Amino acid sequence: MSQSALVEPSASEASPTDLQEAPRSWIPTLLSWRNPIGIVGAAIVALTVLTAAFGPLLWRVQYSAQHYRRLQPPSLATPMGTDELGRDLLARVIHGAQVSLQVGAVAVLIALTIGLTLGLVAGYYGGTLDAFMMRIVDIGFAFPGLVLAIVITGLLGPSRTNAMIAIGIVYAPAFARVVRASVLEILSRPFIEASRALGSSTPAIMVRHLLPNIVAPVIVMITVYLSTAILSEAALSFLGLGTQPPEPSWGGMLNASRTYMELAPWMTIFPGLAIMVVIMGFNFLGDGLRDVLDPRLKDV
Amino acid sequence: MHRYVARRLLQMVPTLFGMSLAIFLMVRLMPGDVIDVLTGGDVSITPAQREGIRRTLGLDKPLPVQYLQWVGGMAAGNPGLSLRSHEPVGAILARALPITVELVIIAVVFAVALGIPLGVISASRRESVGDYVARVGGLIGLSMPSFWLATLILLFTSIVFQWIPAVSFVPFLQDPLGNLSQVVIPGISVSVFVIAIVMRMTRATMLEVLSQDYVRTARAKGASRRSVTYHHALRNALIPVVTVVGFQVGTLMSGAAIVEVIFGLPGLGYTLIQAIFARDYPLVQTTTMLLATIFVILNLTVDLLYGVIDPRIRAR
Repeated sequence: MSQSALVEPSASEASPTDLQEAPRSWIPTLLSWRNPIGIVGAAIVALTVLTAAFGPLLWRVQYSAQHYRRLQPPSLATPMGTDELGRDLLARVIHGAQVSLQVGAVAVLIALTIGLTLGLVAGYYGGTLDAFMMRIVDIGFAFPGLVLAIVITGLLGPSRTNAMIAIGIVYAPAFARVVRASVLEILSRPFIEASRALGSSTPAIMVRHLLPNIVAPVIVMITVYLSTAILSEAALSFLGLGTQPPEPSWGGMLNASRTYMELAPWMTIFPGLAIMVVIMGFNFLGDGLRDVLDPRLKDV
Repeated sequence: MHRYVARRLLQMVPTLFGMSLAIFLMVRLMPGDVIDVLTGGDVSITPAQREGIRRTLGLDKPLPVQYLQWVGGMAAGNPGLSLRSHEPVGAILARALPITVELVIIAVVFAVALGIPLGVISASRRESVGDYVARVGGLIGLSMPSFWLATLILLFTSIVFQWIPAVSFVPFLQDPLGNLSQVVIPGISVSVFVIAIVMRMTRATMLEVLSQDYVRTARAKGASRRSVTYHHALRNALIPVVTVVGFQVGTLMSGAAIVEVIFGLPGLGYTLIQAIFARDYPLVQTTTMLLATIFVILNLTVDLLYGVIDPRIRAR
């Protein structure tokens, strides 16, 4: 009751899943799926991953190389222009893609590990342990996400690693809640009882029955929170709490651009555009995946 | 209704207690000694002087005592002094709070005033050009980081209107117009995300409601299209919209925090970030607690509002 108000949108959207309606194997469904938005999202995400992986091989300009041509507008030689030290913005935006994806992946992995453990244990054992763990999760939810991330990173000391840790901690409660809700739902199914009657041990039930059945909501959560984590890292770096210069990150580049905004608007436009397009890609993909994996939540 | 409100208020107490404990432990258990930060790592300081500073700050007492002093101080409206400016934390926050509240209110007003009509138009003219424009705009708004939008707005206004944020902040009561001219543009940059969310949610629920039998019945008995859309459909579609606005309270406050930094508005977010960089622990602790408390109260308000709109909720 009191908790319901504190759930962040994505957590509540993905929460108690009706797995009977979800397809058992989702890979074929993904391929035959007619959701144009989801496909656009998948394409944008794929393009971002490819840019991060192969971009530096195709655009062979050092992101740290300085040049006397400072604050140059976009041209053939420098498609996104140059910054205040004459560094090539395209090379820096490409490197920023690596940073963003790395931070997103590590932060979500941290959130997933903490959340999965808490949710699985709390949901499976129930009782006092569950009540205790869920109170902690509730307290985590009682903070505005980014504000908590700002405080944790600030206290740990500004750095990319600490930003990843902070973002992971901040979004772990969301995962814990979704996992717990799904576990509770699966535990009430007859096949769990059957498995117990046949003498399966607790770890066996968790690994063989619970985990495979909560994959669908967890995948939706991962896509949604990848975009949130990337956005949070950009915000933290923008505030000077995340990735530290001279290493380029999209948020950090945006922050640096503020001084030269009127002289060199391209410094503001391209990193911001990169953030927006990637976030849009993950949002679209999440939308599409939700339609497939969780048909009840369509249109939300 | 009174019992429901009382119960919900009571449920807030353990949450606030847990939050204050979490914030206190977070700040105290972090690596590094506050004294080193305060003295700037000055090696000439003797251990005795260090102890002296520790005692003046009350950091020599056991942690539970320090915790109780802090919580007691907050309850009495006096949570200690800022380490940097030696000003009472309460006074600093009393100055900063109205700015953040103003930003959030402006953002919500814009979200409701633009999001709901856009959603209704988009749903009632489904598949029209306007609908597509609104939907694409909604998706862009969802993915637009508030700090980028704020920077772009700043870029635009400074080039086109030669408007730049004022150096000193004017409180609303001193000069309402001057204050609004400082706050409205930042407020809009915070609200775009929420406008998009409200628009999408209104559109989705309106589409669902418009396909209901009672809407067809109302049309059949001769009610105008307009009357059906606004009187029958919209009222029923608004309940999920209120919930969604409620879910966005956290996003709004986080957005306000960053936008304050960009526009140099000395609100709570700005204060928090300055305090973090200055390692001003009492200020960090109390500002975080205040932000979290506002968040909890706003969430509760939305929940209660939900109970007002839909009487079935109260019964639960």
